[in-house]
Amino acid sequence: MKKINPLLLIVLSIIGLSISILASLAFGARHIGFLEVIQTLMYNQGETLNQIVVHERIPRTLFGIVAGASLGISGALMQAITRNPIADPSILGVNTGASLFVVAGIAFFNIGRPIEYIGLALLGSSIVALFVFGISSLGRSGSTPIKLALAGAATSAALSSIISAIVLPRTDSMTNFRFWQVGSISGATWEGMLTVLPFLLIGLLIGLFSSPTLDALALGDELAIGLGVRTGIVRLLSTGAGVILCGATTAIAGPIGFVGLMVPHSVRLLLGPSMKRLIPMSAVFGAILLLFADVIGRLIGSPSELESGIVTAFIGAPILILIAMKAKVKSL
Amino acid sequence: MSDLMTTTLLMGFRRRRFRWAFLTSILILTVLVLSCMALVLGNTIYPLSTVISVIGGESIQGATFAIYTLRLPRMLTGLFVGLAFGIAGSTFQNLLRNPLASPDIIGITSGSSIAAVFCILILGLSGPLVSIAAVISGLLVALIIYLLSRSGGFSGGKLILIGIGIQAMIQSAISYLILRSNQNDIPSALRWLSGSLNGVRLSALPGLVSVVLIFSSLIILLGRHLRILELGEQAATSLGVRTDLIRLLLVLSGVFLIAYATAVTGPIAFVSFLSGPIAKKWVGSGLPTEFPAGLIGAILVIGSDLIGQYAFSTRLPVGVITGILGSPYLLYLIIRMNRQGG
Repeated sequence: MKKINPLLLIVLSIIGLSISILASLAFGARHIGFLEVIQTLMYNQGETLNQIVVHERIPRTLFGIVAGASLGISGALMQAITRNPIADPSILGVNTGASLFVVAGIAFFNIGRPIEYIGLALLGSSIVALFVFGISSLGRSGSTPIKLALAGAATSAALSSIISAIVLPRTDSMTNFRFWQVGSISGATWEGMLTVLPFLLIGLLIGLFSSPTLDALALGDELAIGLGVRTGIVRLLSTGAGVILCGATTAIAGPIGFVGLMVPHSVRLLLGPSMKRLIPMSAVFGAILLLFADVIGRLIGSPSELESGIVTAFIGAPILILIAMKAKVKSL
Repeated sequence: MSDLMTTTLLMGFRRRRFRWAFLTSILILTVLVLSCMALVLGNTIYPLSTVISVIGGESIQGATFAIYTLRLPRMLTGLFVGLAFGIAGSTFQNLLRNPLASPDIIGITSGSSIAAVFCILILGLSGPLVSIAAVISGLLVALIIYLLSRSGGFSGGKLILIGIGIQAMIQSAISYLILRSNQNDIPSALRWLSGSLNGVRLSALPGLVSVVLIFSSLIILLGRHLRILELGEQAATSLGVRTDLIRLLLVLSGVFLIAYATAVTGPIAFVSFLSGPIAKKWVGSGLPTEFPAGLIGAILVIGSDLIGQYAFSTRLPVGVITGILGSPYLLYLIIRMNRQGG
């Protein structure tokens, strides 16, 4: 398949990102013209209603960029480490793990501060990701797509049952909990963002720096060791980065599935499998995808809004189905 | 010589059939014991004699209400829903020759759920219309999954992956509907996430019972052909089985059972997935597993409901218990699948 010129793609993706940022600032319950959005951003006024609305939408848009980028990189890392085309935070059950820990924290320890949410979400997502990945890679045949998907589904189902068991007796927290089932970037605040930002930056840096070694890893463990890669450490670091990225995102946004699944796939189609390009481009594409999913949700759900987690599931699940349809029977 | 062999084979067959009948009777007995427990236990514990006389038509202050209005519908619903889930799950697993291909894992159950949730929460419907919608939507989802997994060569693995993808979509749509629902509807809506016997009504029973009886008998009658189908497509055709027709009838009956039961109680997690393999372990292979699987389904539902109601300080819906019980088994199955190398 003919690959696209990387420079052209960079230009296109910058244009795409700018359009999605503008759209995210402009559309919603109150539509505002692009020109007015740009003017407001340039001169930083906060006088008219439209200008205030634009300012209100800034944290949400910024978080959309950060969350989309994190999920995209997280998916690229997990797919590279597991050598499994359908590895994705939502399929690994990472989201349910984070939800369970946060719900338990609310119910038993009365947590309320963002740092506590984030800590618990990170802990939960790491434990569950390692558990699911471990289960699916037991045995000689290693982790195949179907085993990974099933291990994730089984774990998610069990954890959801435990979540129900915690939540059902507490009717007062039921309403809160409802919003933990569907991810959305609408709840982003400056405070929450500042708390997760260090985690995301660490994950991002590890992801970027490990990309050359991950390319070597793709050649197989023996070749990689021959090339001087310390495979164990690389795996550990990149897994950690992948889990931190999606765990921290889930802590603020709730479960947003399938971004990490579709983005690396589409980038690979356009640019080929090199991780050096895959990881940064996955970040950009992830941001564009999540922002657009959010805008679509606002437009479809108008006057209220459709959570971006629902939109991404509806775009992403068909991609999973396509991958399964195209897969050779044996590789499952 | 050949006479002797025939006799030995026949004796072995009789012995296995006797064993099957014996083990199945044990299952029936367990179902009966659990059903009695479901009628006896509760806020007030009534002795078995009271329960029997109430069912016999005697009117006893307090006991009649508790048993006739609360416990009997709950127990019967659990019994028939369990039968439906168990039989349908085992049918799908045998048809696709894969223990993971049960309707709750490949997304058919969620197809029925979404229609039921939509009818109840958005349209405000109840009763038979909900069941009809659930059946139609379950059939549609089954058809879509089947058609998608046929492209480029059918395989059980492909079907399961596609089913998981479809399920993810439907699940998020259900979450959306629940998120939008009225605050007061949430408790009843939450049952659509895990399945529950709370609030079942006597009026839903006649429909459920007739659907379960008709389609279970159909599946059990067709079981002979299913055994041959399990040998593979070619063997079945050469033995004179009309494979396509039988398969279609079995799938339709299975989906009817699943969809109707789901419309009544919501998707009780993992019952249809667990029943088949347990039944196979219990009665051994080569003999019909559909009926034993149905009984095990009933045992799972009634037993888990008893655990959910009385084992903890708060009452938990049955689906929460089966979800927690079922997952370790699924994980075990996945690990074992690995050890066998695929």
